[in-house]
Amino acid sequence: MNVATLNDARQRENAQRLTVIDCDIHPAPRSPADFLPHLTQHWQDHMQTFGAHVRQGLTGQEVHPRMMARGMRADAFPENGPAGSDLELMRHQHLDLNGVEYAMMIPLGASVLEERNPHYAAALSHAANEWQIATWIENDRRLKGAVIIPQEDVEASVKEIDKRAPDSRFRQIIMSPKPVEPLGRRRYWPIYEAACRAAFPIAFHPVLAGGGHPSSGIGWPTYYMQDHYTFGGLMQNIVASMVFEGVFEEFPDLKIVSVENGFAWVPNLCWRMDKHFDRMRAEVPHLKNKPSEYVRRNLWFTTQPMEETENPDHLRDIMGWIGWEKLLFSSDYPHWDFDDPRYAFRMHLTQQERAMIFRENARALYRL
Amino acid sequence: MTLTRHVVAAVDEIAPGTSKVVDVNGRAIGIFNVNGEFFALLNRCPHAGAELCKGQIVGLVQSDGVGDYQLQRHDEFLRCPWHGWEFEIRTGQSYCDPRKTRIRKFDVKVEPGETLVKGPYRAETFAVSVEQNYLVIEA
Repeated sequence: MNVATLNDARQRENAQRLTVIDCDIHPAPRSPADFLPHLTQHWQDHMQTFGAHVRQGLTGQEVHPRMMARGMRADAFPENGPAGSDLELMRHQHLDLNGVEYAMMIPLGASVLEERNPHYAAALSHAANEWQIATWIENDRRLKGAVIIPQEDVEASVKEIDKRAPDSRFRQIIMSPKPVEPLGRRRYWPIYEAACRAAFPIAFHPVLAGGGHPSSGIGWPTYYMQDHYTFGGLMQNIVASMVFEGVFEEFPDLKIVSVENGFAWVPNLCWRMDKHFDRMRAEVPHLKNKPSEYVRRNLWFTTQPMEETENPDHLRDIMGWIGWEKLLFSSDYPHWDFDDPRYAFRMHLTQQERAMIFRENARALYRL
Repeated sequence: MTLTRHVVAAVDEIAPGTSKVVDVNGRAIGIFNVNGEFFALLNRCPHAGAELCKGQIVGLVQSDGVGDYQLQRHDEFLRCPWHGWEFEIRTGQSYCDPRKTRIRKFDVKVEPGETLVKGPYRAETFAVSVEQNYLVIEA
């Protein structure tokens, strides 16, 4: 018999009254074969003959092994298949239990974002997008799709974005923060132009294998714990690249969502960029605003995994500096460092701040 | 509050190194067999509310220096299925901060829990007794 305590039930009622828009959940295919119905005969044969060509030696493995359950919540595995592959369990453990009004899907399974063969990556991206509709969105309208693109093939990416633009079941694009080149480079700009045309924000969520570079600038980390902190560093590099290379000057309406990369580093990066901009702006004369102004205008940040400062007021200061309207609640279900909406915030939040972080900011950003 | 005694399982239902979750008046309680001794914990992690007893039963990894790994106290700890906090099954106490254990590096005996640095959390425990091959808890 499985029973919740009375105390637990009361807290759940409170959580449900609040209701949340969760900006990071991970539906997973039971296996890559789930994509077969959405691939042409040629690519079906390719998958079955060659499999994936992700950018690491051991396909089907994490680059760094996790402490348990391959980095998943150990209680989130259905009877058959990996964590996140069963809608009923997802409803029971998270969507229904935590009063989730909408959930933004970030599908990472089958390594679509990491595929090396650009032609296969384009076919897989299309398949993964069709799979989101058929397997998830059509079965639960709380789930919102993310357009997966083969980002190193810019032309194919634009085609996929344009195709999904009129489809309101998709609300954003996801890209890998481990690209081949710095993401501010002009060759990626058609993707940003297409995102603005479609009014889709672009989310950057950590992925396992990179575009051929070690996850840190000093080589491959030794431990998983080390690798975990590369998320924030990668995102800082992306922000600096997009700011200085003029992406936000060229595309003032572009909306970037940093998912699961932390946020306490944001003031630090902005202060340093602004300081150097005052002295060295001649190197980047195309920038008409201070770097921090682009960050404040064009970026949003999800909350999980929350920084936990010893003094909760320190975290409040950082959140206030970034802007309460720029923070989006995310749970990361079903990953091991899942943030439960009841416990994620260990400091005082006003009713208005709670409403903004838990749902209203996301509702405005994603037009839900 | 008066505690009531509940017969919750037969002794042979729970082998050493395993556990069973039982319902006691609407509360889910995990019963653990740690090397032949029985202990009970509320099935709720005090950190963030996970069903604690779905976690893995583990030992304690200690080290006398870089590259040294010693797995000690087999099956005496429970690792929460969500964020990985480790709780001593005997006491429900969470432990963290390896500094204290590293200082005692010439002592290779099994350490009692008190020599570790206590973490911020404590899982709720219940008294378990064995009566005529049945497990009885007071809750």
